[in-house]
Amino acid sequence: MKSSVIVFPGSNCDRDVAVALKKFKIKNQMVWHEETNLPKSDLVVLPGGFSYGDYLRTGCIASKSRIINDVIQHAKKGGLVLGICNGFQILIETGLLPGVLLRNKKLRFLAKNVFLKVITINSKFCLNFNKKNIIQLPIAHNEGNYFANNKILNRLEDKNLISFKYCDEQGQISKDANPNGSSNNIAGILNDQKNILGMMPHPERLIDPLLSGEDGAMLFESLVKSN
Amino acid sequence: MKISAIVTLKREVLDPQGKVISQTLKNMGYNNITSVRQGKYFDIELDETDKEKAKLVAQEICKKLLTNVVIEDYTINLK
Repeated sequence: MKSSVIVFPGSNCDRDVAVALKKFKIKNQMVWHEETNLPKSDLVVLPGGFSYGDYLRTGCIASKSRIINDVIQHAKKGGLVLGICNGFQILIETGLLPGVLLRNKKLRFLAKNVFLKVITINSKFCLNFNKKNIIQLPIAHNEGNYFANNKILNRLEDKNLISFKYCDEQGQISKDANPNGSSNNIAGILNDQKNILGMMPHPERLIDPLLSGEDGAMLFESLVKSN
Repeated sequence: MKISAIVTLKREVLDPQGKVISQTLKNMGYNNITSVRQGKYFDIELDETDKEKAKLVAQEICKKLLTNVVIEDYTINLK
């Protein structure tokens, strides 16, 4: 399996995700934002960080960068795209995923571990979560408050396009377990074809017991397995 | 009375965000863009019917809170 991690000025989780991909024997290349040709890839990762200093709106400038046209083409042809944190914000700004990510409800940057419920395992990103559907992953963001109108939210629910929701340790999806005010406790969503996943939590940060957990590893294992 | 205030960085102060937006627009094919400056817009509703008084209050608000007069300029519009 081949992957490309797109690196923008201000990306800061690009190497973390590269380490994760390497661990699961995915052959990865780092691709600078000024490139115009995407190398042949099965998976494109838009990493976390603060691309272009979060100027104008988070993810906005990156969504107009030179490499992004090829990423959109790759996605439209059914290629896998994973957007983590700032990558999710970029996917939203490109229009590949619906809705918007607003500032956290309490206007504070959040950096902590949260519990997530895996809502659907029915995508190439989440197959392996059949073993465990309440997981813990770190979040680190200021704009992670997912918002969309009722029509979009109902559609996401009905078509089973929500991959992760914030929950408590027991898996209860409640207001108290919602760290940033996201509509319906949404932490990650898929597109209609389920080849694009955008998520605020960082799976790449929990891929080894040395990093205090392996819940994130299941996502990468799923990708390898599905290929 | 409705007041709007626009706050922008002074011409001589570097606006990195505006510069990035301008460069992005050029990359998108808008080659005739020569400059973009980003600012803030405030919609203020004031319980005052006298235009002159409202203007004075607006100026005061802008100087005291909305701008840092060292690096920013403001424009006030009364409606």
